[in-house]
Amino acid sequence: MSIKLEHINYVYSPGTAYEKQALKEISLEIQQGEFVGIIGHTGSGKSTLIQHFNGLIKATSGALYYDGKNIYDEGYNMKELRNQVGLVFQYPEHQLFEVDVLSDVCFGPKNQGLSKEECEERAKEALGLVGLPEKYYHQSPFELSGGQKRRAAIAGVLAMRPGVLVLDEPTAGLDPKGRDDILDQIEYLHKNTNMTVILVSHSMEDIARYVSRIIVMNQGEKMFDGKPKEVFAHYRELEEVGLAAPQVTYIMHALKAKGMDVLTDATTVEEAAEEIMRSFHD
Amino acid sequence: MKMVRSEKLIYEYEKRDEEGNVIGMNRAVDGVDIDIAQGDFVAILGHNGSGKSTLAKHMNAILVPTGGTMWVDGRDTKDPMELWNVRQSAGMVFQNPDNQIIGTVVEEDVGFGPENLGVPTDEIWKRVEDSLKAVGMLEYRNNSPNKLSGGQKQRVAIAGVIAMEPKCIVLDEPTAMLDPNGRKEVIRTVQELRRKKKVTVILITHYMEEVIDADQAYVMDSGHVVMHGTPREIFSRVDELKKYRLDVPQVTMLAETLRKKGLKIPSGILRTEELVEALCQSN
Repeated sequence: MSIKLEHINYVYSPGTAYEKQALKEISLEIQQGEFVGIIGHTGSGKSTLIQHFNGLIKATSGALYYDGKNIYDEGYNMKELRNQVGLVFQYPEHQLFEVDVLSDVCFGPKNQGLSKEECEERAKEALGLVGLPEKYYHQSPFELSGGQKRRAAIAGVLAMRPGVLVLDEPTAGLDPKGRDDILDQIEYLHKNTNMTVILVSHSMEDIARYVSRIIVMNQGEKMFDGKPKEVFAHYRELEEVGLAAPQVTYIMHALKAKGMDVLTDATTVEEAAEEIMRSFHD
Repeated sequence: MKMVRSEKLIYEYEKRDEEGNVIGMNRAVDGVDIDIAQGDFVAILGHNGSGKSTLAKHMNAILVPTGGTMWVDGRDTKDPMELWNVRQSAGMVFQNPDNQIIGTVVEEDVGFGPENLGVPTDEIWKRVEDSLKAVGMLEYRNNSPNKLSGGQKQRVAIAGVIAMEPKCIVLDEPTAMLDPNGRKEVIRTVQELRRKKKVTVILITHYMEEVIDADQAYVMDSGHVVMHGTPREIFSRVDELKKYRLDVPQVTMLAETLRKKGLKIPSGILRTEELVEALCQSN
């Protein structure tokens, strides 16, 4: 069940003074089970792009295939697509509204037309997946901490059992531990459910640690698409478009410049430590 | 000269149920002593809910202590007669730039603060120009703020505070919603202000890399100050920081990992150059 984009273009407010081409000729394919990161500066087109994945925004031109079917064909079941591709927006906790956590998470499956029992079963499963213990089920979602609220909101999307989970900056504003907890849970989900995960983030360190492929957006165009090591090797170009490599990548380049015999492609602390130790033992 | 000082500061608020009945008290800040000198750059770290934002809101009297005392520029913030003086001494910048910008044109937005203070028109224009220059946004003075990037908006918000000529700026997670470039822009701007205008800077953040240049850092947990020292002292206690749900900069973590693997590297490394130098020496 891949997502395949062919020559997607999107123009905001066409024919007005505010006309702006937000996406230009985007072609890419994401296979079921991939863990993909999308990076780009503010206004680069990331959020517009991900809203195409579940048909919230319709491309001005181009085609988008989900599971081989063009979602822009007449009679395409958009509702089913939205069940399949779950989108978690920035600050999703602002969308919590129910009287208790369990009811809030039930909202999605209820709209899918499931029975009360099925809804609760799915909600409990989803809350388990995000690591929110049972004692919170009957609390008001507004009494939870920031990180817990966010997990409850993510559970609301997971309860619909999507095949693809798209998260727009899920860790913004969280403390370091809250950030690691959420990303570890997402990684666990990805490993155990074969769910496709697409993560939009401003943290290069997080992206490097979790994803196996990075798509870089710049001014509405796809600038790079590859493994983290490949993409972060272009750190100078990334800086020119408002991005950066993880701090350890810079350390490796600095060591190399000082004449140390190290490879410069490390993108995580563990990789960097291993490579430095190797050079010391050689 | 003390800019911000607190003694046994306590902030309690009532916890209410859905009907609005008081069901208990919550102590968000519990006996905090801080001491910040004029011109210092001070970081306040702590997990979500640790009390750091509540503490920050005491620095310009958005909140006043329910116990203990907070002095800003020597004035007791509990004294209603001092409220406007306190607010003029300490300006505040918040997380979301979109909630802080009210003008339809950049220079109008920056002029809003001094206008409210009753500053004469000529002087307002001078301050608007100076402040926009200080944050590197002068060329955008006639732009509409909603066309700016997140980092640019945040710099305009900072200019709006600077235009009121405070002695101290308190920034509550000003970079949380920004991309890497926006984060760099804001931090660079703040440091320049401190250098050029000798403004006291108090920065609350979850990005550990942003505090390495601070003169001192406070770490908060459940309303208490649990660690206090220079960034080097604090970041050399990696395990303790993790206990408080915090982290260290990636370079510090790498240095620590290498040290545990047996390399001779000093603890509390904060910068790439320091690690590179330490490794070149032990090689």
